[in-house]
Amino acid sequence: MSEEVKNEPQLPSGNELILSSSPHIHDRENIQSIMVKVLLALMPAIFMGMWLFGADAIRVILLCSIFCVGAEILWCLMAGKPTSTVKDCSALVTGILLALNLSANVPWWLCLIGAILAIWLGKQIFGGLGHNPFNPALVARVGLLIGFPKLMTSWVPTIFMGQNTQSYSKAFFSDSIWMNVLEGKLDGITCATPLGLAGEAEKIISGAGAPQLFSGITTSEAYLNYFWGNVGGCIGEISAVALLLGGVILVWFKLIKWQIPLCYIGTVAVLSWCINLFFPGVTPPALFHLLTGGLLLGAIFMATDMVTSPMTGLGAVIFGIGCGLITCVIRIWGNYPEGVSFSILFMNALVPLIDRVATKKPFGYIKRTTEKGATA
Amino acid sequence: MSSDISYKTVSFKGGVHPAKDGKSLSGDRPIKTAPLLEKYQVIVHQNIGAPPKLLVAVGDKVKKGQLLAEADGFVSVPLHAPTSGEVSAICDIPGPMGVPVQAVEIKSDGEDTWTELLSPLDWRNAEPQELKDRIHDAGIVGMGGAAFPAHVKLSPPPDKKIDYLILNGAECEPYLTADHRLMLEEPDKVLEGAAILGRSLGVSNVFVGIETNKEDAIAVLLKKASAYNVGIVGLKVQYPQGAEKQLIYAVTKRKVPAGGLPMDVGCVVQNVGTAAAVTDAVKAGIPLIERVTTVTGEPVKEPANWRFRLGTPIIKAIELAGGVASEPGKAILGGPMMGFAQKSFDVTIMKNTSGILLLDAKDVFQYESNPCIRCGKCINACAMNLSPGPLGAMIESEKFDLAARAGVMDCIECGSCAYICPARIPLVQHFRRAKAEIRRMTQNQKK
Repeated sequence: MSEEVKNEPQLPSGNELILSSSPHIHDRENIQSIMVKVLLALMPAIFMGMWLFGADAIRVILLCSIFCVGAEILWCLMAGKPTSTVKDCSALVTGILLALNLSANVPWWLCLIGAILAIWLGKQIFGGLGHNPFNPALVARVGLLIGFPKLMTSWVPTIFMGQNTQSYSKAFFSDSIWMNVLEGKLDGITCATPLGLAGEAEKIISGAGAPQLFSGITTSEAYLNYFWGNVGGCIGEISAVALLLGGVILVWFKLIKWQIPLCYIGTVAVLSWCINLFFPGVTPPALFHLLTGGLLLGAIFMATDMVTSPMTGLGAVIFGIGCGLITCVIRIWGNYPEGVSFSILFMNALVPLIDRVATKKPFGYIKRTTEKGATA
Repeated sequence: MSSDISYKTVSFKGGVHPAKDGKSLSGDRPIKTAPLLEKYQVIVHQNIGAPPKLLVAVGDKVKKGQLLAEADGFVSVPLHAPTSGEVSAICDIPGPMGVPVQAVEIKSDGEDTWTELLSPLDWRNAEPQELKDRIHDAGIVGMGGAAFPAHVKLSPPPDKKIDYLILNGAECEPYLTADHRLMLEEPDKVLEGAAILGRSLGVSNVFVGIETNKEDAIAVLLKKASAYNVGIVGLKVQYPQGAEKQLIYAVTKRKVPAGGLPMDVGCVVQNVGTAAAVTDAVKAGIPLIERVTTVTGEPVKEPANWRFRLGTPIIKAIELAGGVASEPGKAILGGPMMGFAQKSFDVTIMKNTSGILLLDAKDVFQYESNPCIRCGKCINACAMNLSPGPLGAMIESEKFDLAARAGVMDCIECGSCAYICPARIPLVQHFRRAKAEIRRMTQNQKK
């Protein structure tokens, strides 16, 4: 065409043009950017865990991340798949979530087993990212819980609890009845979770019939500790404020369906409030349930995993309520003090069914059925 | 009547809002008329429906506006010569869909002399049928992109009562500004066309729907609308606001049934460009031989809105726009969301070419698709309330019967799902394939 002006950019020949189906422009968001934003939302919980548990927590988080990414690469090499899937950062997210679900004092090999459970059994065996029915980090957590129950339920104190956890716990729960509970449970280097204590209390209550036992773990001082995270527990589950901040980030970036945490937490709140109202000896009040254990971590970060949760808003509501119900049932009547992991895994299994009933009706769909009925 | 209607902003549900809409490239450029070219290659089959029957042969002398081909059947429109001159060839040229198409090549004689035009009509007193015949004779099709013969939409069967005529001035496609400029610069033509279309349908509820990013056009039309008994409706800036069913829902809250037509809910939708062409045809007897097209995109030196004659090769259009400042990687007829990628610059402008868009080589990618992470963005974006992600999975595993049951035939191919998908799954491509497969399957069943 314009051969006289060589320096000018020219129209390419038709063969150099890209031919493809519309649309020709694309939103910038991709899987990697989503995962990076999830990591960003996890930062408050990570920093809180690092601060409260110190170097131990950093060690566990680093180990789990490295092991998970390593497990992903190793699987891809063994399966003859490109290892570039690591770049989507999903293995890193799984690693961090796994670490947040562990106690800060777990040995390195537990992190390794957890990583292999999460990446291989939880994800790759189903075909990798997008195909796993269960949340990989939770598969690992529950696998470890069943395989290593002692390690998975011994908790270290936070730096603010001082060296002598026994005396701290006693001071914390000054009620004299608590002495008896704690004497047998604490060994000086570990510390009980509030939910674990509540479970112990329930056992005593059912024997002695003393609902005021819960009063020791539901003082306003105790609630403040739960809120900021100065309690025993997993690295990532203890600080309610950090998790809520992460939840705000997730909702802000539209990375999760807000219906899931809202319905999940709401169901737990309503149910535990009702039960506590009518049977005060059975379970502590609702606020205790909301702030302790893995509820916030589970509701905000685990249940909301895109791959393993329903795709529609209505589905998310059903999913959240289901998670809440099962969590309450396990916490209040089950043998385990905590039911968040089990409830989410159970509801994960129901997601295909939920998606089926919660599919949106196509635009103008109702009239089509009547039309078809008329012609049939 | 329209003075009673207060201006308000409405919308459909779903859709996407592309971050870069590109409208500022050409939105403030007044429409320029392209100079006469030496030759035009007018594609014969420019309308949906039957191709018109050719009336000319090589060597024939034609005048501007003379019939080149006559309608063949009801769903067909005639075609007219863009200028005076000689038919120098009847040949195959690259078509907009990638397959060669028949075209009439007219060598201009430079005189640009009009043929004898049809007599002007006094539309306020003309019979509706007279108006419809004129719209047909002028070769007018839907100029927004579909190229559906305008008179067919104006002739609903007697059992379908039409009570709404909606003019589509949404122009929701990013980058395109042709309709915007037309409404701004020729508001009377657009509004009068709306009134004429309304009369031909016997409808008094006539509205023009405009996305609120065209404030200046809305202001101009609002000032003049009452003189033509036309209402102006603001539309939220959300793609695909201008899709027919979505526009009808936004304006009337009526839902066109799945598999149905707008007339099933008493509505007819026409593009604002179509309305302007109708005014020309009825008031001046001028057939459709030119249209306003946006030549735009980052590589284009002087993005602008041009009045091109049918048969103008897009290479000429790009030259008129100053050529390119950087190397384009994609050439698109239409907008970036629904337009067609081209592999030749010899494609010529047709009645429905709303835009010629070049995208920078650095901005276009052939994405590798990743597995669906079930984020659900596609479901929220789907203007037809389908579940694009799961549908795509069905089609990838060739379960076309399942896809049909899940409503893939209702897909309007707006591209919102594929635009938003973080896994870059080519969803629209999947749906087009499934639609073709399902149509073939049902045809085989009939046999």
